[in-house]
Amino acid sequence: MGRTLAEKIWDDHVVRTADGEPDLLYIDLHLIHEVTSPQAFDGLRLSGRPVRRPDLTLATEDHNIPTTDLDKPIADPVSRTQVETLRRNAEEFGVRLHPMGDIDQGIVHVVGPQLGLTQPGMTIVCGDSHTSTHGAFGSIAFGIGTSEVEHVLATQSLSQAKPKMMAVEVEGTLPEGSTAKDLILALITQETTGGGQGYIVEYRGEAIRALSMEERMTICNMSIEWGAKAGLIAPDETTFEYIQGRPHAPQGEAWDEAVAYWRDLVTDDDAHFDKIVRLDASQVTPFVTWGTNPGQGAPLSATVPDPESFEDPIEREAAANALAYMGLEAGTPLRDIAVDTVFVGSCTNGRISDLRRAAELIKGHKVADGTRMLVVPGSVRVRLQAQEEGLDQVFTEAGAEWRGAGCSMCLGMNPDQLTPGERSASTSNRNFEGRQGKGGRTHLVSPDVAVATAVLGHLASPADLEPVRATAGV
Amino acid sequence: MEKFTSHTGVGAPLRRSNVDTDQIIPAVYLKRVTRTGFEDGLFAAWRNDPDFVLNREPYQHATILVAGPDFGTGSSREHAVWALQNYGFKAVISSRFGDIFRGNSGKAGLLAAQVDEKVVQRLWDLLEEEPGAQITVDLESRTVRAGEGPDAIVDSFTIDDYTRWRLLEGLDDIAITLSHDDDIAAYEQRRPAFKPATL
Repeated sequence: MGRTLAEKIWDDHVVRTADGEPDLLYIDLHLIHEVTSPQAFDGLRLSGRPVRRPDLTLATEDHNIPTTDLDKPIADPVSRTQVETLRRNAEEFGVRLHPMGDIDQGIVHVVGPQLGLTQPGMTIVCGDSHTSTHGAFGSIAFGIGTSEVEHVLATQSLSQAKPKMMAVEVEGTLPEGSTAKDLILALITQETTGGGQGYIVEYRGEAIRALSMEERMTICNMSIEWGAKAGLIAPDETTFEYIQGRPHAPQGEAWDEAVAYWRDLVTDDDAHFDKIVRLDASQVTPFVTWGTNPGQGAPLSATVPDPESFEDPIEREAAANALAYMGLEAGTPLRDIAVDTVFVGSCTNGRISDLRRAAELIKGHKVADGTRMLVVPGSVRVRLQAQEEGLDQVFTEAGAEWRGAGCSMCLGMNPDQLTPGERSASTSNRNFEGRQGKGGRTHLVSPDVAVATAVLGHLASPADLEPVRATAGV
Repeated sequence: MEKFTSHTGVGAPLRRSNVDTDQIIPAVYLKRVTRTGFEDGLFAAWRNDPDFVLNREPYQHATILVAGPDFGTGSSREHAVWALQNYGFKAVISSRFGDIFRGNSGKAGLLAAQVDEKVVQRLWDLLEEEPGAQITVDLESRTVRAGEGPDAIVDSFTIDDYTRWRLLEGLDDIAITLSHDDDIAAYEQRRPAFKPATL
């Protein structure tokens, strides 16, 4: 019988298999950041173990990094200690690090693909649940905890029970004005936050094939938000084109050899999926969340749901709790929800194409009075590219703040946080209680919805914006 | 890692579903570089509420947490497991766990016992009717027991065989893997040369 794409990659990485034990998988790339690694390096020191393959390891600073006053040391002493600990560990164990101020610094999941280190057919791990992002290239990529970080540092491998296989068939074409973010938010609401649990998910179908690499990363990034072990997309010409010429892309004969291998990385026609779910892309409209988990979402055109409308008692109670936390009343049109802060950035939507799209939409408009908008590039290179294209000016002319690169307000480990009761529309990936700051209220949105929301001061889509009048001629 | 065979202790009912790891410990509490001291941040947002279960006697002294479905979803932070352990929890019972949280628990020595949703409901009712009631989680026989008499709760829980074995033996995962060093070295020999390197 044929195999799925994920099974092929899995099989190619099995170091050891034995009855009654999980497979021991080789790890091709281990990404590291400052939050989930200090205790792992401590463990190595305690047991006198080296990093087995520093040449398959890359560290970057992202979670704690401030996005203003970049020329000064980190003000928060605890954040500073964590970052300095990573620097000491990288030095001691010979791991390549891109620290603050380095041109290749940025969010770990933006940096890997940008450097060409993320390639098809790999196994990629990081002490960060959004490692699923790298699955967009046709790799098995997943988040791990600190004990596993230590395990990979010491052995370059991980014991893993083989997950079940799921296909997400996305047929049809995304309508004009709908984005990859809307698609994945709609899918998570359809399948709920636990729907993907125990599965590696392959996103397939016409609508997926039509996506750019960066849109595919947005989709795979949020695989963890519906509980999947990993999410991936078969590599194709779009993938190869994106990788070719990047600093770590194979060169010359190695490139041909690599592409020949990558072309085989497709699910066989007679492969078996344990589960198949379907989504019609043509029905996807701008989608936002109203609750406190990514599965509590609805089309922007809808109203805040009535908790009583949920049949399942647990979902009903969760919805009631969410509305109380979010300060929302059932029946309110989502478009009527006023927003204080708009955040464009994160490993979900902080890449250059996201910023280009946001700049294109905001050009000629102003951020609404009483609303602030932060634009945080995913990496230093994204920031520099945007500046070269003049996007920073478009944002600042519209009244938005143009910031330095990092995770920023996605999780508020740095100073970029919501205050209690403050409401945001955020292009990030989690609307959990307090995620963006204690008491903060988050609505997850696409960059398109983020811009329209910033301009109008309430949740909105670009279709709600007045057309920009051409300025008087030359 | 300490061996885990069986544990009996006070249960605390956490009547909530989808308790993500940001609820277990918010990001601002993740800045320590040690494995200890994270109890400060455990359920930080809820701990301000005097009615929160862990602010009430006798639940304050609980060592077993009984939570709604999808406990530990979201972020991969093992700090969530450490925060529970640092507070004093030895086991968490739920009808469904976030994948990474369950993995982290197994590595760090916190028992994540998966039971049927009805068992969670019955445990919640018992713990609320009889505050301070004790629960036993027996890893050897994979059973959870609580209460007495005809209403006693005795049911099985699910945990994968390998994690169970490691917990029972208190084994160091890395040492097990390093005993297969030859296999790893052999794999490295046959890895394609076109795979990227960072150095």
